[in-house]
Amino acid sequence: MIEALAEPLRYDFFLRALVAAALVGTVCAVVGTFVVLKGIAFIGDAVAHAAFPGVVAAFILEVPFYLGAAVAAVGTSLAIGFVTRRARIRADTAIGVLFAGTFAFGIFLYSTIQGYVADLFSFLFGYLLSTSVGDLLALTVLGGLVLATVGLLWKELLYATFDPLGAAASGIRVEWLEYLFLALVALTIVISLQAVGIILVVAMLVTPAATAQLLTVRFGRVMALAVTLSVGSAVSGLYLSFWLDVASGATIVIVQTLVFLAVLGLGPRTGLLGRRRGAVDGGPATT
Amino acid sequence: MTSPFDPHGHPHDHPTERRLPSIERETVADPDHARQHASVWLSDVSVGYDTRPALESIDLAVEPGELLAIVGPNGAGKSTLLKLMAGLLVPWAGRIEILGAAPGTAVRRVAYVPQAEQVDWAFPVTVGDVVMMGRYPALGPLRRPAAADRDAVAGALAQVKMAEFAGTQIGRLSGGQRRRVFLARALAAGPELYLLDEPVTGVDPTTQEDLMDLLEAEARRGKTVIATTHDLACAAQRFQKVATVNRRIIAHGPSSLVLDPAILAATYGGHLLVLGGQTVVLDDAHHHDQPSGREAHFHEDGRR
Repeated sequence: MIEALAEPLRYDFFLRALVAAALVGTVCAVVGTFVVLKGIAFIGDAVAHAAFPGVVAAFILEVPFYLGAAVAAVGTSLAIGFVTRRARIRADTAIGVLFAGTFAFGIFLYSTIQGYVADLFSFLFGYLLSTSVGDLLALTVLGGLVLATVGLLWKELLYATFDPLGAAASGIRVEWLEYLFLALVALTIVISLQAVGIILVVAMLVTPAATAQLLTVRFGRVMALAVTLSVGSAVSGLYLSFWLDVASGATIVIVQTLVFLAVLGLGPRTGLLGRRRGAVDGGPATT
Repeated sequence: MTSPFDPHGHPHDHPTERRLPSIERETVADPDHARQHASVWLSDVSVGYDTRPALESIDLAVEPGELLAIVGPNGAGKSTLLKLMAGLLVPWAGRIEILGAAPGTAVRRVAYVPQAEQVDWAFPVTVGDVVMMGRYPALGPLRRPAAADRDAVAGALAQVKMAEFAGTQIGRLSGGQRRRVFLARALAAGPELYLLDEPVTGVDPTTQEDLMDLLEAEARRGKTVIATTHDLACAAQRFQKVATVNRRIIAHGPSSLVLDPAILAATYGGHLLVLGGQTVVLDDAHHHDQPSGREAHFHEDGRR
């Protein structure tokens, strides 16, 4: 067993992939906890698709992949934030429009570079084992930035997510914080693209945090558990994909999903949703 | 209600009493005097959502130590008025001063509690976490809660008789316990002005008594307490002053004078019924988690 675990560690590319998986898993779980509580998973999915034209443009312009992806993702997420706040159309409609439109633009750009044999498959589904030293550096800087921002604004983010009106009345700049958070979601997606790709990135963001919420009701513990589950799934998924010689990103997401389903089926709080709803609607007041 | 020696009992009753018998709004004799002495001061304020007006020509001065109920039918703009005071809405026109400053600036001295329906009760936070949020404005950005903040939280929880629930997830509380916790959050902030949206709606009589006792005590200490309510009986019995609202301020003054059939009829339109001296609101059921024992809901079986 030890032998089987140690064997892939002899390869530098596997070590780099392992570090990347753990980093991405941590950042995704921290940001994802807020994403799940805010109920904006669909924004994460839209922003991931919107990063695609940025990635293709970066190839065409020969600039770093992260730069193109970050510009496209942050731009789109702020645009979504603006449109849902200011324009008089429903949020899901606005996102549907932006999501498909930006992704189509990415495909359009991609089809103009037929001569270039870039691998569409690795854009869409990620390729963790190709993580370079430069990638790791970018991951550490961007991931560190996201984690530091969340750490500094922890209590404001918590208050604004839980009770936006109360938070705004107590002087927290809720609207500003919302935009900042959307930018953090976009950066989180950018650093996850290498690991799981555009199509699956929403799972990295949402699944571990959703699983953690089934297990505990304290905010700090939800986040700690989400990080543990996320890193655990990323590392074990990577090993599995190495042993089975299958796509790493997809394997990680499958592991996360199986853990979620297992917790949903067997977890201690699974029946709680029904009890909780009962308390909201008809629960007796204190007497 | 208050001791005769209490300086904050009924500090400035005279001008309001004079304008009450006629329901019409009249300008206060000396507006600058009112402005300087008011905790909350609104002058000719109007506001709305999109292009739809919700409140028009609001003039209101609330003095320190006042325990004021805002009553009116659904959609009258009660919550909107409170949000204006909390700085959550920007008025279309008019001027507002809250504790001598623009709304939303004196945040450490103001505690706002939203309606229970606007809170996600499934959120993974404990009672203690929620009350600690009341300390955030005083902490400011980047600082973590210290011992003094934890003491304030414990003290506030004890005041609302919820000390043993500090570690409980908020979704497991009853409706009355939830209102207690949110009042504790406001108390923990140690504000000078309380803005409470439906603090006693849908709670049991014991909780209502406890919460009103606390608010009364705060008012006696010179704090200003403004609460919206659907419960006219509670407004009459427990609040010193009442403002009736329906797009405009219909009347503002001592509760015994404002809760008068003519003023209530003007506020509630045809949806009000007086039966044997008791006033009954007809169309006001759907805001309640559960109907409070004090309110009755009748249909068209009688007219005043």
